Amino acid sequence: LLGLTKALALFSQGVVNMNKKSNVFLIIAIPAFILFFIFHSYPALQGIFYSFTDWKGYGDWNFVGLKNYLNVFQDGRAGDAYLFTFKFAIVSTIIVNIISLAVAIGLNSKIKFHKTLRAIYFLPYILSILIVGFIFNFIFAHFLPQIGDAMGWEFLSRNILGNPDLAWIGIVIVAVWQAVSFNTILYLAGLVTISEDLYEAASIDGAGVWTKFWKITFPLIAPFFTINMVLSLKSFLMVFDQIVALTGGGPGKSTESISLLIYRGGFEGGEFAYQSANAVIYFIVIIIFSVVQLKFLNKREVEN
Amino acid sequence: MNRKKNSWLITTLLILGSLFILFPLYLTVTIAFKTPPEMAGNLLALPKTWSFENFANAIEMTNFFNAFKNSAFVTIFVVIFTVLTNSLVSYAIARNMHKKFYKFLFFYFLSAMFIPFPIIMLPLVKQTSAWGMDNLVGLIILYIVFNLSFNVFIYIGYIKSIPIELEEAAIMDGASTWGVFWKVIFPLLAPMNATVAIITSLGAWNDFMLPLVLLSDREMATLPLVQYIFQSQFSTDYNLAFASYLMALAPMIIVYIFAQKWIISGVMKGSIK
Repeated sequence: LLGLTKALALFSQGVVNMNKKSNVFLIIAIPAFILFFIFHSYPALQGIFYSFTDWKGYGDWNFVGLKNYLNVFQDGRAGDAYLFTFKFAIVSTIIVNIISLAVAIGLNSKIKFHKTLRAIYFLPYILSILIVGFIFNFIFAHFLPQIGDAMGWEFLSRNILGNPDLAWIGIVIVAVWQAVSFNTILYLAGLVTISEDLYEAASIDGAGVWTKFWKITFPLIAPFFTINMVLSLKSFLMVFDQIVALTGGGPGKSTESISLLIYRGGFEGGEFAYQSANAVIYFIVIIIFSVVQLKFLNKREVEN
Repeated sequence: MNRKKNSWLITTLLILGSLFILFPLYLTVTIAFKTPPEMAGNLLALPKTWSFENFANAIEMTNFFNAFKNSAFVTIFVVIFTVLTNSLVSYAIARNMHKKFYKFLFFYFLSAMFIPFPIIMLPLVKQTSAWGMDNLVGLIILYIVFNLSFNVFIYIGYIKSIPIELEEAAIMDGASTWGVFWKVIFPLLAPMNATVAIITSLGAWNDFMLPLVLLSDREMATLPLVQYIFQSQFSTDYNLAFASYLMALAPMIIVYIFAQKWIISGVMKGSIK
């Protein structure tokens, strides 16, 4: 770090002599760079470094090469966390985008109470996900079973969060409830740019609602579709708050996400180095997902 | 998509859909006012009496005003310093993009957006606690620094649209670079400052993960963290829990009721950049 600051100091001195204006800019930019490096890049590099060791988070350590990485691949708990996280993220992304697009189209049509409805649909965005999760925890544990008992519906009478096979659905519901708000607003931003004339021209040609959606609306908001898919998938892959509030990763380990596993193993399980390796793999996975998704969706945009 | 015909049908569908959003909040408000015996009855019913006892108990038990003060302290300082510093850094980069160092800086901050927080979490917590930053001030500093990544991106897009002639005119009049920024550029950035302030305050107010891993002293817990800390006590008294949740959600909801138009357009502007 010292070497870096020295190099920067020399570099800045060279520029100082050039003129006063760039001097001011460097006084602004260099501290920003240093702070960002110390609090963001340096921990990231440290994490990568320790992933090749056997450090527990305290005490001595040795280099162990790729051992942690090989262990992550053979670790059933980590494998389950990856499977659960992928399943959750993909299903949530698809549902959120379908609902958001439908709501956005609804809000963009000529409706009554337009402003109030828009405000209500955006409301979940401003609320703490953790607290929303606690509220839904009660709904799943007490409210829905009460309805189920009253109606004689077997499937509602038990808390789905207590069922290892169904608990993930509860997490999807809460995640979707929250995320629709932001995605709807993004789609709305796209929809308002489409000229009304296009729809009128299509009507004259005898196009139905369905044709108009696939031939006009969807192609024109394709860039927004791409952004929404990438952003929602990325944020769902990092799911944490919802799970802490709803299941704590249970029952058993059935809803333990990758973030939760890194948090638990790293802070509570003395697996600092091991979970650092897991984090590096997780990072690579997120990058691959984002790149593949962008490539695929961009190709669609061009074709359309 | 015929805009004239379907209006009532679509309105009705949207109203039905909005009930899904309002329902959990209805439940929160009513349960917060109920007494434990009432919980055995119909959960949808309104409370028999609107007593504030649950709120009084929750305030005492969770030390609500302390947590509120912590959340407000963090949010206010993060918003002010994020807007002031991040706009300044963005300006320095935007006006020097032709130079290698600044171009590098731009992509450096930008690329950090792709690094998920859990990657840096473990070493960051070790380091910040070693430096005595496991407190609210540390939290504020980290938010301001981390915000650079996204904010540089949206500020620079906006600064590029400001004609450089404006600055040149100010320089002719004898203003320094410093003066140009605060007197000419910063006021012109007002719409972006508002967007950044809104997104930043929502993020800082509602964040759970960073306070969870960073803060070691319970006295410093922010509002979401307090709900988590008291969860085991809450599970035996839902009325108390919901009074506490409602108080934690209320400040943001109240702000939203008055400023929803600006909040929605602010978030919209930030996200389509």
